[in-house]
Amino acid sequence: MDATVMPARPADNAILRRRRQELWVGGMILLGLAVLPLPIGDVYTKNLIIITILFAGLSQAWNVLGGYCGQISLGHALYMGIGGYVSTLLFVNAGVPPTIGMFAGGAVAAVVALLVGWPCFRLSGHYYAIATVVVGEIGYLLFLNWDFVGAATGVYIPFKGESWIDLQFRTSKLPFHYLVLAFAAATWIVAWLIEGSRWGFSWRAVRDDVVAARSLAVRVFPSKMAAAGISGFFTGVGGAIYAQYVGYIDPDSILAGHLSILIALPAVLGGVGTLWGPLLGAAVLIPVSELSRSYLGGGGQGVDLMIYGGLIIAVSLARPAGLVSLLGVRRPAG
Amino acid sequence: MTMDLLAQSLVSGLLMGLIYALVAAGLSLIFGLMDVVNFAHGELLMLAMYAAVVIFAVIGLDPIVQLPLVCILMFGGGWAIYRGIIARALSVRFNRGMVQIFATFGLAIFIRGAAQFAFGGDFRSVSGTWLSNKTVSFLGVFVPLPQLAASAVCLLAFALLLLVNRTEFGRALEATREDRDAVALIGIDRDRIFAIGWGLGAATVGVAGCMLISFYYVSPTVGANFAVIAYVTVALGGFGSILGALVAGIIIGEVEALTALLLEPSLKQVGMFAVYLLVLMVRPRGLFGRL
Repeated sequence: MDATVMPARPADNAILRRRRQELWVGGMILLGLAVLPLPIGDVYTKNLIIITILFAGLSQAWNVLGGYCGQISLGHALYMGIGGYVSTLLFVNAGVPPTIGMFAGGAVAAVVALLVGWPCFRLSGHYYAIATVVVGEIGYLLFLNWDFVGAATGVYIPFKGESWIDLQFRTSKLPFHYLVLAFAAATWIVAWLIEGSRWGFSWRAVRDDVVAARSLAVRVFPSKMAAAGISGFFTGVGGAIYAQYVGYIDPDSILAGHLSILIALPAVLGGVGTLWGPLLGAAVLIPVSELSRSYLGGGGQGVDLMIYGGLIIAVSLARPAGLVSLLGVRRPAG
Repeated sequence: MTMDLLAQSLVSGLLMGLIYALVAAGLSLIFGLMDVVNFAHGELLMLAMYAAVVIFAVIGLDPIVQLPLVCILMFGGGWAIYRGIIARALSVRFNRGMVQIFATFGLAIFIRGAAQFAFGGDFRSVSGTWLSNKTVSFLGVFVPLPQLAASAVCLLAFALLLLVNRTEFGRALEATREDRDAVALIGIDRDRIFAIGWGLGAATVGVAGCMLISFYYVSPTVGANFAVIAYVTVALGGFGSILGALVAGIIIGEVEALTALLLEPSLKQVGMFAVYLLVLMVRPRGLFGRL
């Protein structure tokens, strides 16, 4: 929108200025994350950063549906798993490179998200949340028993040599770092575009008050479907990248119910329905979870889970608007 | 497939279904009262099972005799969870729905970690009780006594839960459910009702756990499976309806047994989930749910 053509009100100017500012901050963070791994030699830390950024992206994809449109999905592992399985099976069985396969995976995940949404969006509140848990669980059980997709054994991704086309790298973790960074940046840009678009306003209206939204001629069901499609697509792409990064997938690693929570948590604890929430939430949660597991989780002690669970309780009770509220960032008014 | 096998499946489906029903009833009670879904419900079941294991190991009390003790412990636990976490989650002004969901999720992870810390990852059970390894046979169908006793206790617990509705406290509970703001005006302490509701919900799942332990293994992760089934049962029966939980629990148990018999045991849960989704299409509020 060009502010000089339209007779802008002061409020519009303020919004445009804030949005331009967000782009600048986003660019700076992107730059910072791009140089972050360069001085780090330790493989463990590099891996931790990659996983954190990947989950920031996945959680931002969740945020599109859960945050901006207010539909609390607890079954996003299904879309992540489908993305991962589609790209992996295309690569292993048909030789399609994952650079193409991940978009195919995202597309299939988006279609599945629409198919899930079609019946489930008739439900609201807890009914919707539980229906998504169940749908995710069905997907997990079906893949666990489906021989074509490797059933419980899963699928190994054979190494065909270093390649940006096949997204396989053994000698360095750096290419994966830039891959997940590009993914997370793409989800951030999508969220940024949605915030300023007509769609974003409709979705937030659906989230805040369905009846009021409908009275303002917001088409509720299509809004939810659009949000689910976009969210499912990016979650699927993230799943494909994850599969390529790990080199092996099975239902437990990419479809299990606890992953759905792992995807939703950074957005919820960071600040649901905000641009920075998923990033901030992932930056806190993933390192706490990983570091406590590697230092305290040895021998199945369970202390790591107690710390992680305690942190989730504490943050959600003390900062209901998410960690971003510590930084004075406000959720955009709907 | 013989008729015997079918009858056997139907009976074991019914016996398991009653356990599912009781686990779900605790969840439904809390939901109906204050619109809160307890995502740590499976972990409460796990705690009750561990409590039974510990009490049996320390003082050798048979699980059936332990029932009142485990119930009191679980009541206290539910009460404490309400006072410590849920009351706070209900008092936030922003984002209440999500805070409630994820605070109880955090609690679930915490309890799982605590159980892992205290008991390790091993599977434990109680063996050598009065009823173990005994079966009765009825018209060619064999019924293990522990399961039979568990079902009887579950039915008794349901009868008690339905009786609670007729007491003074039950009326206060019902009034709070109807309009949680209005009850404050007529001198009902809403916070106390909620805390007792949590205590009752936890005690209910405590009964189920205590009976379950004589024929089912407990490990720190046992809750997850039962919890998903409990959500399905509650959603199928209708949130907040005790009778709905009973009927839905039996349906779920039977569907599970029949799917295992007709398809494949590893797919037994797919059948119940499919039934749940089908019912949801036709009747989104569940079988006995009120709007």
